[in-house]
Amino acid sequence: MPHDHSDHDHAHSLLPPDPALRIKALETLLTQKGLIDPAALDVIIDTYENKIGPRNGAQVVARAWLDPEFKAALLNDATSVVAEMGFYGRQGEHMVAVENTDDLHNIVVCTLCSCYPWPLLGIPPGWYKSDAYRARVVREPRKVLADFDVVLPDETAVRVWDSTAEVRYLVIPQRPAGTDGLDEAALMDLVTRDSMIGTGLANTP
Amino acid sequence: MTAPEPVFEAPWHAQVFALTVYLNEAGHFKWSDWATRFGATLARHGVSRDLNGGDDYFVAWLETLEAYLSDLDMAAPDMVEDLRAKWETAYLKTPHGAPVSLD
Repeated sequence: MPHDHSDHDHAHSLLPPDPALRIKALETLLTQKGLIDPAALDVIIDTYENKIGPRNGAQVVARAWLDPEFKAALLNDATSVVAEMGFYGRQGEHMVAVENTDDLHNIVVCTLCSCYPWPLLGIPPGWYKSDAYRARVVREPRKVLADFDVVLPDETAVRVWDSTAEVRYLVIPQRPAGTDGLDEAALMDLVTRDSMIGTGLANTP
Repeated sequence: MTAPEPVFEAPWHAQVFALTVYLNEAGHFKWSDWATRFGATLARHGVSRDLNGGDDYFVAWLETLEAYLSDLDMAAPDMVEDLRAKWETAYLKTPHGAPVSLD
């Protein structure tokens, strides 16, 4: 912390941490050069903080659970299918959907940096970006899954998908038992963010 | 019930993210080229210690962006440092609670 709050009043404004000042400097310079519009940056932040998140991916998954034709199309060409739902990869990346079954559990990582299906899941959680996850999940995926309290039967194979700047993966978790008759909205509530990364399972009702 | 996790842990994380996305979408660089550079920075930082994916992740992000914008002749390091110092001075001389701005 740059200051201790507890024992004195501030005569001056609280000094932000050094990286915050450096990003302000970059923004000021680029604004002065006419290269950026600060209001547009606020729109991007608002979009990722409030409008884009795992609910998007959950809608895709719930629809795939309900509609076999939709699921087949999704597995065949996820980029086009989710674009029709209004979820675009703003960086031009392709989306690939991979389906969990009794025989195969899929899990997603980005070993290079933190590539992630932003339009479907929003901004990745801290652990997804950590060295510990990025290195370990490739080496020992079952141990990483155990850390997330996911224990799979021995006969279930685990496949790790390494995202890139061009290709982002969405896991379609297995539909939980006891969900016959639930509609899309009710199913969406069972689809967690982690279940679409592969570090969790869908909730049961 | 637990509170939802914040999307960004600190405001400057959101700012450096948004600036990078904006510059990519404006066509100043390809996202794949950004990812290559960012991955190299993370790998370099991760040699000496395990990165936790929080502040240190965005410190690496900012360092990558500063170097990239310098290479692209969009933001010279000495000009960025000059403005950083001016922002620091502005914060230190602005009364607490008042809006902070450059002269």
